[in-house]
Amino acid sequence: MPAIFLVALLTALLYAGPADAQAPAIDAARMEAAVKRSWTQASPEWQARLGQDETMVVCSEHRNSPPPAVADAILARERASIKYPADGKLMGDWKKGQKLAQSGYGGRFTDYPPRTENGGNCYACHQLSSNELSFGTLGPSLLEYGKIRKFSDADVKAVYDRIYNPQAAVACASMPRLGAGGHLSIEQIKDLVAYVMSPDSPVNK
Amino acid sequence: MSSAGRAALWLSVCALVVAFAATRAPGLAQDATDASEKEIERYRQMLKADPWSNPAMLDVDRGEGLWKTPRGPKATSLEACDLGKGPGVVKGAFAELPRYFADADRVMDAEARIVWCMEKLQGFDRAALLKKPYPGGGRATKDIGALATYIAHESNGLKLSPTLHHPKEKEALALGEALFFRRGGPMDFACATCHADQGKRIRLQGLPFLSKPAEARKVVGDWPAYRVSSSHVMTMEHRIYDCFWQMRMPEVDLGSEVPVALTMYLIKVAEGGEINAPGLKR
Repeated sequence: MPAIFLVALLTALLYAGPADAQAPAIDAARMEAAVKRSWTQASPEWQARLGQDETMVVCSEHRNSPPPAVADAILARERASIKYPADGKLMGDWKKGQKLAQSGYGGRFTDYPPRTENGGNCYACHQLSSNELSFGTLGPSLLEYGKIRKFSDADVKAVYDRIYNPQAAVACASMPRLGAGGHLSIEQIKDLVAYVMSPDSPVNK
Repeated sequence: MSSAGRAALWLSVCALVVAFAATRAPGLAQDATDASEKEIERYRQMLKADPWSNPAMLDVDRGEGLWKTPRGPKATSLEACDLGKGPGVVKGAFAELPRYFADADRVMDAEARIVWCMEKLQGFDRAALLKKPYPGGGRATKDIGALATYIAHESNGLKLSPTLHHPKEKEALALGEALFFRRGGPMDFACATCHADQGKRIRLQGLPFLSKPAEARKVVGDWPAYRVSSSHVMTMEHRIYDCFWQMRMPEVDLGSEVPVALTMYLIKVAEGGEINAPGLKR
């Protein structure tokens, strides 16, 4: 037998490995059945949250590294979800945006009936103003984000899009689709854009 | 350590944690969190020398009482409950959970098995046990939690050793792994969003990299654990329920397939890690 076949055979055997070294794949329908059976006490309204849209399905399946064709389909689909303010103004009030960036309120099962508006919870994952030291690191630092980009209009729009639906720019991005998912309103997103992009915002001081 | 010394140390840990939670002042937050982490780590070391200084030991004690006392409509103790190593064997059972149980024909973790035994042996109403199974902040853990804490403590010092012989155990592991990466809810979150990378944090809270064996081994064996910020013992299922809360998902049923499968995945990743239950968490 040529050596190359022997190598191939050995490689295949090694990769197959012992049966319990690697978990077998699970059928997606099997997983969804388990999900359905595990939230029996939730109300029908809450059970609606158990489903996945197409983007969630493929991002889960590919563990957030979709092949190029799948990624392109996600980008196109998510881009189409973005809605803009009627007057075309993408920047609101950075002071309101600052409050939203600090607040993690909204959407949890202890948040009903709502006691205040939903927050953006930006600081959970991002550094923004140098005055706030309690920031997370799951997302990139946005310190001086607007200043570094010379406050350009193109970047104002890019930030609006990124908050409204980050998966329009990066397929399977970790960040929530805050506008497309209905967690934040257009007005709130404008305030957050101002917090990131306004020359007056502490993010850019 | 004297009981007075223990109390004083305990108060200082609480004060630091409160200071950490309350502070938003520039310059103080990181220092406070470093200090509180250091203090909690010092406390953890002392727990090894004097395990009774962990408030969770009260639930170990209570759980043992609940296990051995005749209770429920059938006025029976749980001493005939089979946790996987034969009826009544508690020592070492937790180290091999979750596992397949032929009588129930499914994979169960400690909490699911406790509910099974409370229903079958003691005659408790299953639906009533599952209705509000977790305590609110500041309230003591419920009976299921105390029993799980006792059972876990009886495997203290052993290594997490999932057996994975039965096909349904292997299926639970595969399901748990897939669920770990399953994105869902209004925020598109998966477990992996926060727990599949090194050295990340939410605000100042460090996040364990749970799909990496070396990291999982350090933390998975700590559960059930006394959680300082909520002043009670949380079981692994309660901790997972709390993650789903943050993920904006509905309240997951105790003992159901999803938390059991996720626990199976975590235990498998953390295989060989030492059980140090009940642990102590922020």
